[in-house]
Amino acid sequence: MSTASPASELAIDVTGVTKRFGPKTVVDAIDLQVRRGEIYGFLGPNGSGKTTFIRMLCGLLTPDAGSGTCLGYDVLRQQAEIKRHVGYMTQRFSYYEDLTIRENLDFIARIYDIPDRAAAVQQSLERLGLQNRSRQLAGQLSGGWKQRLALAACLIHQPQLLLLDEPTAGVDPKARRDFWDEIHRLAASGLTVLITTHYMDEAERCHRLAYLAYGHLLAQGTVGDVIASAHLTTWSVSGPDLPRVASALRERNGAEQIVAFGNTLHVSGRDAPKLAAAIAAVRDDRHQWTQIHPGLEDVFISLMDGAKDNFS
Amino acid sequence: MKRFTFHRLWAIVLKEFIQMRRDRVTFGMMVGIPMMQLLLFGFAINSDPKHLPTAIRAADQGPFARTLVAALKQSSYFTFVREAATEEEARRLLQVGDVQFVINIPEDFSRRLLRGEKPTLLIEADATDPAATGPALSAVRAIADSVLDRDLAGPLARLRAKSGAIQLQVHAHYNPENITQYNVVPGLMGVVLTMTMVVITALAITRERERGTMENLLATPVRPTEVMVGKILPYIAVGYVQVTLILLAAHFIFGVPMLGSLPLLYAVALLFIAANLAVGITFSTLASNQLQAVQMAFFFFLPSILLSGFMFPFRGMPEWAQWVGSCLPNTHFLRIVRGILLKGNGLMEIAPHLWPLGVFLLVAMTIGVKRYRQTLD
Repeated sequence: MSTASPASELAIDVTGVTKRFGPKTVVDAIDLQVRRGEIYGFLGPNGSGKTTFIRMLCGLLTPDAGSGTCLGYDVLRQQAEIKRHVGYMTQRFSYYEDLTIRENLDFIARIYDIPDRAAAVQQSLERLGLQNRSRQLAGQLSGGWKQRLALAACLIHQPQLLLLDEPTAGVDPKARRDFWDEIHRLAASGLTVLITTHYMDEAERCHRLAYLAYGHLLAQGTVGDVIASAHLTTWSVSGPDLPRVASALRERNGAEQIVAFGNTLHVSGRDAPKLAAAIAAVRDDRHQWTQIHPGLEDVFISLMDGAKDNFS
Repeated sequence: MKRFTFHRLWAIVLKEFIQMRRDRVTFGMMVGIPMMQLLLFGFAINSDPKHLPTAIRAADQGPFARTLVAALKQSSYFTFVREAATEEEARRLLQVGDVQFVINIPEDFSRRLLRGEKPTLLIEADATDPAATGPALSAVRAIADSVLDRDLAGPLARLRAKSGAIQLQVHAHYNPENITQYNVVPGLMGVVLTMTMVVITALAITRERERGTMENLLATPVRPTEVMVGKILPYIAVGYVQVTLILLAAHFIFGVPMLGSLPLLYAVALLFIAANLAVGITFSTLASNQLQAVQMAFFFFLPSILLSGFMFPFRGMPEWAQWVGSCLPNTHFLRIVRGILLKGNGLMEIAPHLWPLGVFLLVAMTIGVKRYRQTLD
């Protein structure tokens, strides 16, 4: 019996979600709305509370404060129902390395009490291209294949919401691309996906994003919204002796952030006139200065520097 | 770079020390286990058990009988705890294990002594553990030969025959030939079960957490009780395989008598296995890695071998050690197994050791489940 209202457009709808471990507030009053069928990116530095937040969404942890629903189920009281309809892929590979791929899938299928288990296992092997490797021990798989197995396992009970915690860490670019293609196919078929990542190219493949630092939600929206909300002006400079340029800029106000990108420097600041003044003071003929659109990475580094680190 | 250098060696040594210090449990065990061994081997173990509980069935209250009893008491091997009125009562005391010996003084003891007829002093012993009864029985012989010499003075001196004034007869019950294996092999059952059940469960759950698979499991609809019971059931089966193997070996290789009911033994074994599994689960909630789990299991295993009466006679230990031993499930299980196999004990006779097992299981289970729940959130 589902208590979810089918009309509900939101897969995740929580407000004020808070989790404390001892004196530390790891997740601080987060509001989050994720629409059904959306790929929602969750970004933030290490230790920012992303994993803890996801664990609260899938019923592994109980929030200390806040309320809301996940797939229409109350996150505080209906954790059992949530678990049945959510697929959670942990940051670390967490299937049994001493079982084969097929045995792992079969085990998970039994846990979820799937009616036609053999067919479900076979189907999931085929869809992820694992049928030739079904007898291989999971522990012998490379990072990319482990990730495919984990994805297959958390899809086997046909969840409505996928929570993926850094699924592509340590996976090669080709496998990452295949993975994202699969995620987009799944989302197109109506699955909601909440995914954490540190890769900017992946963040740009999400429909919407949230940026979390030290337990606080600092920005959210589409890629464009997030960039615009940072009110950042960025200049790119190229030419000889860039480290000297960088140290000269650091001595002045205005250039809040100076980051090397290969043979160029990205110089950013939230106060455009001040930044222009700082640049004018160090500018010379040997360097090419151009104002560019700030990228997600510029924005995130700026957000991260601006966030008050309550852990330090 | 092939040369052996001391500063590289020193780097490794320093790192090991830092890691050793970080792992508090391991560090504690490195100190705790030697201390425990020192205490157990140094103070608790005694291969010359004294003050063994003894019942007396004195049909004769004459002066010679009193002298004899006094001498036995003085030898400090015997502590007279009961008086048995009948032969049946004496037998029951031995069977339940309340006493180690029953000393029977026949009714015409003094009269026959005076007549020079060498009356018989009958000692019945619970000889399931030959190590416990041996020293006391040899002491009795010496006492019987010498004690009456003082009383038989003057005209009675003629009664001091070369072979003593009385005859000593020993009935070594349950293990008349004093075969050590009869005692050790059934006892091994408790030891093997303690070792495997505690270690395996402690490891099985710690491993799941160490490898990160526990988190995944808990994100599924599976309930914590399902995980716990599901993890325990296979090991109960393993425990029963071990029990069966030991029983087969006991029967076919060592010829250990099996007087009691095997179904009863199998039923009681479940209680004991469950008690050890509960200990294993508790350890798994305390240990943060598999090494710690093994160390904790060893910490429990050591007294279970040394203080349970498996290796050394239980009654030879000082009171505090007996008290510790009585808190261990293995102590009670050993007595139950030996009782069922060697004495043919039934449910009534083993009941005094059954309830401590039950209490232990209840306590360990409560702690285990409580701690296990806490680790989830």
